[in-house]
Amino acid sequence: MNSRTFSWTDVLFLIEAARWTLLLSAIAFAGGGVIGLATALARTGPSRLLRSLASIYVEVIQGIPLLALLFLSYYGIGILGINVSPVLAASLALVLNAGAFLGEAWRGCIEAVPRTQWEASASLALTRPQQLRYVILPQAVRLAVPPTVGLMVQIVKATSLASVIGFVELSRAGQMLNNATFKPFLIFAVVGAIYFACCYPLSKLSGRLERSGNGSRSPVKGF
Amino acid sequence: MAVVRLSKVSKAYGTHQVLREVSFELEKGRMLALIGRSGSGKSTLLRCMNGLETIEGGEIEMAGHKITQGSVSLRALRQDVGIVFQQYNLFPHLTVERNVTLAPDVVKGMARDEARALARRVLAQVGLESKIDAYPDQLSGGQQQRVAIARSLAMAPKVMLFDEVTSALDPELTGEVLKVMEDLARGGMTMILVTHEMAFARRVADTVGFMHHGRLWEFGTPEQVMNKPATPELEGFLGAVL
Repeated sequence: MNSRTFSWTDVLFLIEAARWTLLLSAIAFAGGGVIGLATALARTGPSRLLRSLASIYVEVIQGIPLLALLFLSYYGIGILGINVSPVLAASLALVLNAGAFLGEAWRGCIEAVPRTQWEASASLALTRPQQLRYVILPQAVRLAVPPTVGLMVQIVKATSLASVIGFVELSRAGQMLNNATFKPFLIFAVVGAIYFACCYPLSKLSGRLERSGNGSRSPVKGF
Repeated sequence: MAVVRLSKVSKAYGTHQVLREVSFELEKGRMLALIGRSGSGKSTLLRCMNGLETIEGGEIEMAGHKITQGSVSLRALRQDVGIVFQQYNLFPHLTVERNVTLAPDVVKGMARDEARALARRVLAQVGLESKIDAYPDQLSGGQQQRVAIARSLAMAPKVMLFDEVTSALDPELTGEVLKVMEDLARGGMTMILVTHEMAFARRVADTVGFMHHGRLWEFGTPEQVMNKPATPELEGFLGAVL
């Protein structure tokens, strides 16, 4: 059997496919961020109903492998008679997944703001939304930078699982090239390098944010 | 006219009774110092007076706002009753100015330049006008506590509560905070403080209350309470701290 060689055009093909990886990551992070914030607020909020709903959501999603979630959203919705495209199914699964993990991380950050900050702001007659907006969340956001960046990196890498439902992103493109060229080591080295190129700046950015003046004025210090 | 009125205030944590039928009245412009051992209920009593703790029996009336077992309009109450904490509890991510103006701005909707002028005024009152742009972690403990007092003052409260506000401070920083409080008292502010500063209580307070096992055990002028204790419990306490 003759296999064709791996050339620079193939690298370009991979980089093009990486655009889908980045797009899927952006969708997962944006959607997951909205759901995550709602989840974190619900879990730290006064309503017992919302607290339990949010905690059920987090526990269910965290207890299901993302792979299973992807199959569920692709084939599961299909069974209901609704035709979903791979990109839609992958987005849905990744958003739900990211929402649970971000929500859980952010809940921890909100809870890490000392209780006395709630008391002090309540004593000044602020309402609960005002307390959150002006006192609690600004401090929680600073604590949230490292775990959030960590999860963003996880999200970028998790998009590779979308290849199993036929969505052509970076990993899937690598598989397709490998089927044509039979150079798995070379191809997946390039694929890995592209993932690394996407994730490394995120980690660097996190370090910068943590060292910057705002990040160092932590709510716990001086307490 | 009494601006603070407590009648048979009771509270329990489970089976542990922390407040037992505490009753007293305080006239406008007076300073009450609550003394007593740790665990006697004095801090809890203070926290009940602005709704940070709930009560299980009796009634509290602060500047016309009633607190009972049921629902309370905490926001209205808290606009008239300020509290200063032992650990200052400034907002670490905000400048001194913003710490002071946050509540006037978002609660009362005060205009920006009016709020800034207000910040200057209350900070001048505690001698810290020059620190208006500093962050809390750039200040000493005594300065932070004075900012906390200014923050509370900015809401123009009718009653101010002070919960062991000098207990976290070095002795040399205690004096500057006590001086600010003395100035406030002279200015006619109605104040209730929980304190271990016996000399300050004796010198500045109009009324001293001794808390023991959740009861207001003795209540009267500093001379009565601190010089002529009527009960062996107070005598024992004063013997231990003086």
